[in-house]
Amino acid sequence: MVEPIIRLDAPDRGPPQAVASPAPDTPTASAKVEIRGLDFHYGKSQALFDINLAIPERQVTAFIGPSGCGKSTLLRCLNRIYALYPGHRASGEVILDGHNILAKGVDLNLLRARVGMVFQAPTPFPMSIRDNIAYGVRLYERLSRAKMDRRVSWALKQAALWDEVKDKLHQSGTALSGGQQQRLCIARAIAIKPEILLLDEPASALDPISTLKIEELIDELKRDYTIVIVTHNMQQAARVSDYTAFMYLGKLIEFGATRILFTNPAEKQTEDYITGRYG
Amino acid sequence: MDRYLYRKRRVLNLLSLTLAMLATLFGLFWLAWLLWTLVSQGLQYINWDLFAVATPPPGESGGLSNAIVGSLILTALGVAIGAPLGVLAGTYLSEFGRGTRFAAVTRFVSDVLLSAPSIILGVFVYEMVVLRAGHFSAYAGGLALALIVLPVVVRTTEDMLRLVPDRMREAAAALGAPRWKVVVSIVYRAARSGILTGILLAVARVSGETAPLLFTALNNQFASTRLDQPIANLPVVIFQFAMSPYDDWQHLAWAGALLITTAILLLNIIVRVFLPSAERRH
Amino acid sequence: MSEPGLAPVSSASVGRSRPWFDALFAGASWAAAAAVLVVIGAILVALVQGSLPAIEKFGAGFFVGQQWNPVTEAFGARIPIYGTLVTSALAMLVAVPVSFGIALFITELCPRWLRRPIGVAVELLAAIPSIIYGMWGLFVLAPLFADHAQPWLSEHLGGLPIVGALFSGPPLGIGLFTASLILAIMVIPFITAIMRDVFEVTPKVLKESAYGLGATTWEVAWQVVLPYTKVGVIGGIMLGLGRALGETMAVTFVIGNAHELSTSLFSPGNTISSTLANEFTEAVSPVYTSSLIALGLTLFLISFVVLAAARLLLLRLQAGEGRSA
Repeated sequence: MVEPIIRLDAPDRGPPQAVASPAPDTPTASAKVEIRGLDFHYGKSQALFDINLAIPERQVTAFIGPSGCGKSTLLRCLNRIYALYPGHRASGEVILDGHNILAKGVDLNLLRARVGMVFQAPTPFPMSIRDNIAYGVRLYERLSRAKMDRRVSWALKQAALWDEVKDKLHQSGTALSGGQQQRLCIARAIAIKPEILLLDEPASALDPISTLKIEELIDELKRDYTIVIVTHNMQQAARVSDYTAFMYLGKLIEFGATRILFTNPAEKQTEDYITGRYG
Repeated sequence: MDRYLYRKRRVLNLLSLTLAMLATLFGLFWLAWLLWTLVSQGLQYINWDLFAVATPPPGESGGLSNAIVGSLILTALGVAIGAPLGVLAGTYLSEFGRGTRFAAVTRFVSDVLLSAPSIILGVFVYEMVVLRAGHFSAYAGGLALALIVLPVVVRTTEDMLRLVPDRMREAAAALGAPRWKVVVSIVYRAARSGILTGILLAVARVSGETAPLLFTALNNQFASTRLDQPIANLPVVIFQFAMSPYDDWQHLAWAGALLITTAILLLNIIVRVFLPSAERRH
Repeated sequence: MSEPGLAPVSSASVGRSRPWFDALFAGASWAAAAAVLVVIGAILVALVQGSLPAIEKFGAGFFVGQQWNPVTEAFGARIPIYGTLVTSALAMLVAVPVSFGIALFITELCPRWLRRPIGVAVELLAAIPSIIYGMWGLFVLAPLFADHAQPWLSEHLGGLPIVGALFSGPPLGIGLFTASLILAIMVIPFITAIMRDVFEVTPKVLKESAYGLGATTWEVAWQVVLPYTKVGVIGGIMLGLGRALGETMAVTFVIGNAHELSTSLFSPGNTISSTLANEFTEAVSPVYTSSLIALGLTLFLISFVVLAAARLLLLRLQAGEGRSA
């Protein structure tokens, strides 16, 4: 019998970890992903320099920093999406549950079943809403029509989109508004039940109301998923995340609990950025 | 201000713009005259016999049925061979080979092939297929047409695939879809109307091609659909009949000419009206 | 294939494709791309091979020899080459200014609502097959020329010192002159389309700066737009030339199919492609066929050079604008 890789109901991952008063730099939630000595090159130029970071499980970690600091690049190392492009390479270690995903021979497709990604611009596929959600699921499971319907509705509910589209599942995904499309993309990513969700500036292309909806969504999702979000909006990072990593010119300057980093940062560079001395 | 200079410039401007307008009228004039000739000479001979009866011997009346069927078969052959190859090659240029030297050279060569004299393609297929087989055949004709279809489809496929934004590919890959699946289920799907347009334009292009068929498929007086024998086709029949001294044949030639032109113009209009998102390149 | 330790996922089931499928797909598409290169190479090889007997027999003199006698098996390419070059050159002489005028009209003068219809009309001109042009040329244009245009031209220009020789001779209606005109009409839409495209992407600021100084429309077109787009324009012209060189059916109908060389444009003649079209299936001897193939090789090389140069120019233009080639 083939062991199902994704169970129908949300897997029981235990109660959320209680967070005691944290020390300035170290998260006390257990680390889901550990990054050690990560360097990244676009062809000849280096974009990330010796990143060392532990991403806590089932918390929201934000990467912030000025344009070009490498936060998106770092995010994209976590699901190795950069591998699509020749000349982009990462060295070092990114440890997910004890295994280095940068190692040779790692199956990228299976990696991406566990680490999902939502992009800056909403990218619905040119197919119906239902097929959009089902696309990812069909890569890994053969579900009956009824089961697929259940999975689709579950994902859409998780993404707080169900009520708005339940009557028009067969309409094209591109017929939705920008905010709805982005939630569709989130539902699509969730439908395959990843453990980690990477969000690359998910609300930057959206209006304030949609942005608020997405931020509320993130707050709910972190109960079940480890979330890493890149944002150029500091206030958003402060609102949404539990931990924040501040980056500058490819280096990690500071990492810590959001509350502390924003009120009492350890590094002067962090403080300058947060207080708006430079953008 | 120099009044004389100013006036001179204005006159020159008026003159050139008038000439530009005349040039446009010149071009449109020929188009109109051509179409008018076709209709006035050919429409009267369009009747059911055209589609029901085969080409007649000289001096008798008849139709063009075998030529029409033959042309359809040859076009189908040309597209069946050329289009899949073209789509695959265009896929390589857009999805796997971007930025490589090999892709640049291939694209360049394909564009040159696009405009190469079609009679040379006929000569080539003659040497490769007809000579070896010892006889003309529909296969040879289809192959010659395929050589015309191929570069057209390569070009349009690549252009259309490139229009699909990279983030769509990334979104599919981020879900864990393997590369081939990303291309087939997402990229092709997003670009499908454009690719179809390219194929239809290629069909329109080969429908009227005569030169490559002259020494490959040749012609056949009878209604043969055998692929290993010469096959009747509209362009060559029109050529033969038009150049002949027989009235009946000439009438059929005009009717056939009108038929082909109508089909091609219809195809072009369909493409432009129903698939306007596809951007046409040369 | 299941990677040791990377979570309990089973890939054995369900629509998971094996990794070699990716390689297969990529490989197949690569092979298709390579096939394009193979085709061009094969064409060249086949043409060279087929021409060898003729080249061996006649040597380099083949290309300048004037005789064309199937009976004595003496062949020379001068007349067809002359016909090809002359008709193409004349066609370009007419087509280039007209195309420029049309492109200018479409981009600068024409009211918005008229742009699309005219653009479509121009493209329709391009879509009409060569054989239709040929028939129309033979049955409509040629008689008209023979009855009206050519006698008039002979009368008024035939007497002039140098130019006169071009317009002498009996007004047959068919011949180099008619063929050139038809070629011009066929080539106009291609050149117009490219010119229009490059004119349209001229940066607005460039034109506005000139207009702002008080330049007239014509001056902006001739002194600002044209120099800016000259690489594309030349590329477009060469593309048109490449087409004119290879055009077969239209020319075959009206060129007269005569192996004679005369200075008059009214005389019938031959081009490489019309020679091939008329005589290829009747060539009985190997030398005859080989000579024809040698003609084909010549045409292929000439048009290849012209088209390759045109494409290179257009590529450079696109690269310069930052668009991907």
